[in-house]
Amino acid sequence: MGKSKNNKVVSYNKWGYIFLLPFLITYTIFQLIPLFTTIYNSFFENYRVGLMQVGPNFIGLQNYVELFSTPDIWQYLANTMIMWAMGFVPQILLSLLLGAWFTSPSLRLKGQQFFKTVIYLPNLIMASAFSMLFFTLFANEGPINSMLVGAGILSTNYNFLFHTFSARALVGFMNFLMWFGNTTILLMSGMLGIDPSIYEAAEIDGASSNQIFFRITLPLLKPILVYVMVTSLIGGLQMFDVPQILTSGTGDPSRTTMTLIMYLNKHLYSKNFGMGGALSVFLFVVTAILSVIVFKFVNSKEVK
Amino acid sequence: MGNKSETQMNQSRRIVCYVVLVLVSIMCLFWFYLLFINATRSNSELSRGFTPFFSTHGLENWNNLVHGTLPILNGLWNSFFIAITTSVLTVYFSTMTAYAIHAYDFVGKKTIFAFILGVMMIPTQVTVLGFLQLIGKMGLDDSFIPLIIPGIAAPIVFFYMKQYMESTLSMSLIEAARIDGAGEFFIFNSIVFPLMKPAIAVQAIFSFVTSWNNYFTPSLVLHTDTKKTLPILIAQLRAADWLKFDMGQVYMMIAFSIAPVIVVYLFMSRNIVGGVSLGGVKE
Amino acid sequence: MKKKILAGLLAATMVISLAACGGGSDSGSASTDSSSDAGAAEAPAAEEAAPAAEAESGGKVLNIYCWNEEFKSRVTDHYSAYTEFDATHGKIGDLDVVWNITPSDDNAYQNNLDQTLLNQESAAADDKIDVFLVEADYASKYTDTDYTMALSDLGISDSDLADQYEYTQTIVKDSNGAIKGSAWQACSAGLIYNREAAKEVLGSDDPADVQAAVADWDKYNETAAKVAAAGYTMCSVNDTYRTYSNNVSGKWVQDDKIVIDANMEKWIDDSKKLVDAGAEDTDELWGDDWAKGKRPDGKVFCYFGPAWFFNFCLDVDDPETIAAKGGWGYCAGPQPYYWGGTWICAATGTDNADAVKDLILTMTTDKAVLKDIAVKDSDCVNSKSVLADLASSDEGNIALLGGQNPYADLAAGAETIDLSNLSPYDQGCNEELQNAMKAYFEGTADKDACLEQFYAAVIEKYPNLSK
Repeated sequence: MGKSKNNKVVSYNKWGYIFLLPFLITYTIFQLIPLFTTIYNSFFENYRVGLMQVGPNFIGLQNYVELFSTPDIWQYLANTMIMWAMGFVPQILLSLLLGAWFTSPSLRLKGQQFFKTVIYLPNLIMASAFSMLFFTLFANEGPINSMLVGAGILSTNYNFLFHTFSARALVGFMNFLMWFGNTTILLMSGMLGIDPSIYEAAEIDGASSNQIFFRITLPLLKPILVYVMVTSLIGGLQMFDVPQILTSGTGDPSRTTMTLIMYLNKHLYSKNFGMGGALSVFLFVVTAILSVIVFKFVNSKEVK
Repeated sequence: MGNKSETQMNQSRRIVCYVVLVLVSIMCLFWFYLLFINATRSNSELSRGFTPFFSTHGLENWNNLVHGTLPILNGLWNSFFIAITTSVLTVYFSTMTAYAIHAYDFVGKKTIFAFILGVMMIPTQVTVLGFLQLIGKMGLDDSFIPLIIPGIAAPIVFFYMKQYMESTLSMSLIEAARIDGAGEFFIFNSIVFPLMKPAIAVQAIFSFVTSWNNYFTPSLVLHTDTKKTLPILIAQLRAADWLKFDMGQVYMMIAFSIAPVIVVYLFMSRNIVGGVSLGGVKE
Repeated sequence: MKKKILAGLLAATMVISLAACGGGSDSGSASTDSSSDAGAAEAPAAEEAAPAAEAESGGKVLNIYCWNEEFKSRVTDHYSAYTEFDATHGKIGDLDVVWNITPSDDNAYQNNLDQTLLNQESAAADDKIDVFLVEADYASKYTDTDYTMALSDLGISDSDLADQYEYTQTIVKDSNGAIKGSAWQACSAGLIYNREAAKEVLGSDDPADVQAAVADWDKYNETAAKVAAAGYTMCSVNDTYRTYSNNVSGKWVQDDKIVIDANMEKWIDDSKKLVDAGAEDTDELWGDDWAKGKRPDGKVFCYFGPAWFFNFCLDVDDPETIAAKGGWGYCAGPQPYYWGGTWICAATGTDNADAVKDLILTMTTDKAVLKDIAVKDSDCVNSKSVLADLASSDEGNIALLGGQNPYADLAAGAETIDLSNLSPYDQGCNEELQNAMKAYFEGTADKDACLEQFYAAVIEKYPNLSK
């Protein structure tokens, strides 16, 4: 009896492998093999100038030496993370606020459906189109400048894209606008999953809505917050089209808005598989370190 | 007495909420307004700067766009085809992968789970060079396959599905189906998959939009004009020479590219913002 | 209900993607076909254009690679043997013409062209590239290789090209002196000034007087100071760039080293002074800020440009512009230079050499055709005799220049352009220098830092070079 049941469990469990197969096969072909070839390429001199192909010649760690010979690479990493944070901080704050409002039983806001639908809409505009609109709005002679000068806030036009802080802030703001709706939806779905009886009990105990939010909602929301954080961080490291189009690929001013992927794109211009590969490996190591940190964080929560 | 002040407080909180929500909504909708206005303006009107009013050149821009050299209807179809197939493959196989981890016990499960969470962090761009070489060797350059099939392995969507299953999918339901003699594949397709509907709706629209707006990979893979997707065609239109350069057309093209995805979104939005309840806790 | 839709979609897409896989290299068209079978609404639209490319596999095909529609519209309007079929297809006699248009943004045109030329030998006859167009900035990347045919090998002799301006041939000469391309335009350029502003600042809007005030860079800088004092901006630093970069004394790259010429240093230093004095700005060409000078209230003194600039860049159709009121004037400016122009090259391995020869001869040496192009399209054509005709006739008077006839100046300019210092790296070096120096002009970075950024950016593009 016990034996036959065991067999049955085993025969069910083989389905685990079967169901995993499509993922693993696809992943191996389209991600793992490219990852290995990318790493392999990073040890070669391999690029094209005009119609002339140079390499592939094995050059060991030469590409890495060159990559780290200037502090530029760290600057681009810093740019990427700063612009990500400039978007993510307001994004998570507003999303938490909106999520709390939408799910609050005592507020009972009307027109929720409308607002919930609207906040996701900016995500539908492609980043490139969004950048074009921003470019026009914030141009030196653009409407924002004429409004600010007209209202007496500025005495002369301020060229937003010529100054590091304002250029980065624009990129951050655009990322914030495009993604806060998405984040709100995810957080809201987490909040709706919290058992209402917990809130009721808290209200009976006389907890204020602030207390409920910080003592109950936030801790219970941790798994989904981690999910949001992780996916946003990944998206942040991949940041490309917003700053690319806003600065016509230059990363101006003085490359302070140049992200790692924009830099990678520069190497794609000369089909430079060697340098591009080395840069990719760097990006891989950075993400690996960040992922270890994030998952340490997740695990410590699970123990608790 | 206390009750009354509390309702008053709620009343004032509600007013604050509405004010903020209206402001946020304006901030979200403004861009669409701007886009559609710009789509009705001529190139020289556009170069004169911003106005808040609709102009009269919408039809002209549309005609120029349709009769230009860019195959925009092909682009629309290509974008649709790629986005729909990608999102269908993504949600279906991510759910399947999540189910494999969630419902079965097998040797190496923990390792595989950790592996997928680990690879989730690798940005696509990291492997793009190797990816391009690979598809070149496979003869898949200038084809839709390298844009669609990789959707099967979407670690981020998998992660979400796994979280969702943990809070909502009860194993007893599956056991019951097994006792009734249902096959595992059948159980997944006709019991598990439908139960995941809210999560699927969210991830389907997210991956549809991501694919629809994706420029980076398609621009590296697709070369033939009639195979290109809308974001690539927009980039081409923007790159037109001074002889043909027409921002009016560019904005019309953007409006044209966004309209379908708005329709799809509005159609699915009830599912997204309504029924989603991803449980943070299970009792 | 929705579940059923989803299931149906899933089934349909499975079929489609299977069909797509089966199609192999032809997967794009295969997937289009099968999906229309599946009854999707958008499918018929996709059908319209797609089969055209495949339909021609039977006949002879002339493949022309270019980055915009300019040459196509010239051929359509002026090459009598050509009949247009649709936006990217046409016929010359029984030869099918396919226009392969890839925009130059992000280097896409050259990448595509490179790939096609590298595959030329193994390509099927009808896929072989026959004609491609190049710009001067990167012409030698192609002309100094065996991928481009010498015109003499096509049967075009030097005497056929005698009426062309020499600089247009220098650009496409390979290192052995063979001419490998031919242009219908000679885009000598000068300074296009706002007549109102000239009267206000210089007391005269006569081209000779204005020319005297900008005859060299010292005078130009003095005039710019006056212009700034009168509340105008001279122009953008990017407007003057080409004038400096056309008059360098050495190549950008010598022995794989990047060399910044004295005249480029001069551009950097002059521009910095002028920007600091408020006499020039750093607007990007073609941007909204840059375009403001087309209207009187933009308060811009001048633009730098060639003949095509008149009709295509000054918004003459807009009644509020200076152009509509005939308010511009033209003079040669501080140094002779050229801007633009397109060279027609024949690809080695073309299977339609005769047709290519005729196309090049007709479009770039036939005086009647060139005269027609000059009059109808306002191109400054590559023919000494046609320009001389125009300079001495009322046909050459241009309304937006207040009736001025600029052709004598344009022709004189075209004679003096010296382009012996071109290199295949010009495009990248010019772009990156302008990008990098912007921060210096704006005062947000010092000169050395900007130059470092310039070197780094050029080496990213051309990894074989060094500082």
